[in-house]
Amino acid sequence: MGKRLARIGLPYLLLLPALALELLIHLVPMVVGIVMSFKQLTQFFIRDWSAAPWTGLGNYRMSVDINAPVGRSLLNSFWVTCAFTLLAVGLSCLLGTTAAILMQDTFRGRGLLRAAFLLPYALPVYAAVITWSFMFQRDTGLVNHVLHDQLHLTSDRPFWLLGDNSFTALVTVSVWRSWPFAFLTLTAGLQNIPRELYEAAAMDGAGIWQQIRRITLPALRPVNQVLVLVLFLWTFNDFNTPYVLFGKSAPEAADLISIHIYQSSFVTWNFGAGSAMSVLLLLFLLLVTAVYLFLTSRRRDADA
Amino acid sequence: MLRPPPSFRWTRRILLTLLSVFTLTPVFVMLSSSLKPLQDVQGPFRWIPSGITLRPYLDIWKTVPLAKYFVNSLIVSVSSTVCSVLIAILAAYAVSRYRFRGRRLFTVTVLSTQMFPGILFLLPLFLIFVNIGNSTGVALYGSRGGLILTYLTFSLPFSIWMLVGYFDSIPRDLDEAALVDGCSPVGTLLRIVVPAAVPGIVAVSVYSFMTAWGEVLFASVMTNDTTRTLAVGLQGYSTQTDVYWNQVMAASLVVSVPVVAGFLLLQRYLVAGLTAGAVK
Repeated sequence: MGKRLARIGLPYLLLLPALALELLIHLVPMVVGIVMSFKQLTQFFIRDWSAAPWTGLGNYRMSVDINAPVGRSLLNSFWVTCAFTLLAVGLSCLLGTTAAILMQDTFRGRGLLRAAFLLPYALPVYAAVITWSFMFQRDTGLVNHVLHDQLHLTSDRPFWLLGDNSFTALVTVSVWRSWPFAFLTLTAGLQNIPRELYEAAAMDGAGIWQQIRRITLPALRPVNQVLVLVLFLWTFNDFNTPYVLFGKSAPEAADLISIHIYQSSFVTWNFGAGSAMSVLLLLFLLLVTAVYLFLTSRRRDADA
Repeated sequence: MLRPPPSFRWTRRILLTLLSVFTLTPVFVMLSSSLKPLQDVQGPFRWIPSGITLRPYLDIWKTVPLAKYFVNSLIVSVSSTVCSVLIAILAAYAVSRYRFRGRRLFTVTVLSTQMFPGILFLLPLFLIFVNIGNSTGVALYGSRGGLILTYLTFSLPFSIWMLVGYFDSIPRDLDEAALVDGCSPVGTLLRIVVPAAVPGIVAVSVYSFMTAWGEVLFASVMTNDTTRTLAVGLQGYSTQTDVYWNQVMAASLVVSVPVVAGFLLLQRYLVAGLTAGAVK
């Protein structure tokens, strides 16, 4: 009897550490965050946040009121983040797919090239992004040196980390950082395609471009579906890249939502508003994920 | 695939060259600028330095207490990796080998925490840590312990997910045979499953270590002068008036070496781990 009980209890015992930590670091803070979003939580209440007065939906109303400065800048930040995510994820997937397909069969130097392509993924974010910020410096950077001094493409030296150009800079760095992950995942996905498929296609007279179009690309679709979702969530929530590139407050054209919330909370010390914005962000991500999973699973059913 | 035609090989050469330039330029800038004298990095960019010097590599340790940050990062990353991987192995074994009530709920809950923005936990966790410190005297805010605890949960969901996939690919007959031979479930895990899953475990460890070594957001809010990690410490090379770019680049290179070396050595495992765990 005792042995049977131990057998039933064992899986729970094995899960206990993981469960306890997830609860402590993710679920409890999330509940606290939701509670906080209904409070008037400013720097005066940091020592005892439960003493902060309730404001009901006040923080939410302020966050979504597009006629007031807070709501307007949040909306701007939301659109910037959407455009940024679409571009960065799209380009990363494009580059990753291209490289994975081109490097599917062996050629001289493939191993070395693969290692080189994985470097941006292996480098610590802050070290890599700080290098980019050096390259984007107006007077001392490589980018302006090449564009202005060497290729004469620009009439003067543009600023890359201020004003509208900062969006381009941000997308460039983000794609540079995340395309290797797409490449890595898709390379792994390519290894699951049976070689016989290609041999059969070649026997039937299909050229290499046809093989890529008819065999490789369709076979990569399920991998790409997971990849797009993972990259979307990472890119949408990315804090590290803009923070190292621009510091605590980003230019308006590159004001990503996570930096925006960080600034609203830790720079202007309004934790209640920051929490409300975080909750809104989470709801948006949940919605997008649900719709995406629904659409992709329906298409998969239709394929089957 | 048969030997590809010239059109394909030329396309491949051109595209891969362009991608290499895009990928490697920052690495080149990091390396070359770290060897330049200060006047070279303070003027317009030069491809060819006016002289090569190792001075930046000596100065980086004096301008900021880099060694201290290095040790902090090492302690935090290694501890959180070891704990996270051990906990993930236990959980993944349970999910992969047992059918129990709440199994699906557990997987879904753990995986969905992946999508939550870090900023969502940061504010409450910051306040919870501060409050715990005030009421019990256990210093989590500003301590390495708090950071370790936080980081290990960051890599946990992905690690569990990958390891479940990996454990699933190990034939069950093996551990059933061991159970019949009188091995306890934990003994089976240690003697059969873990040795067979080494590539997956290595992949997950590399991922955990990289996550912790590269994290910026929590490191910048949750640390103080004595517990600061490299992620925050590297900002110390900029003063109000000057940025010592050659030192910044030298320091960036130095902090990158441990992860890049480990990653390149183990990338084979990472591809294998992804194939078994994530792609399926």
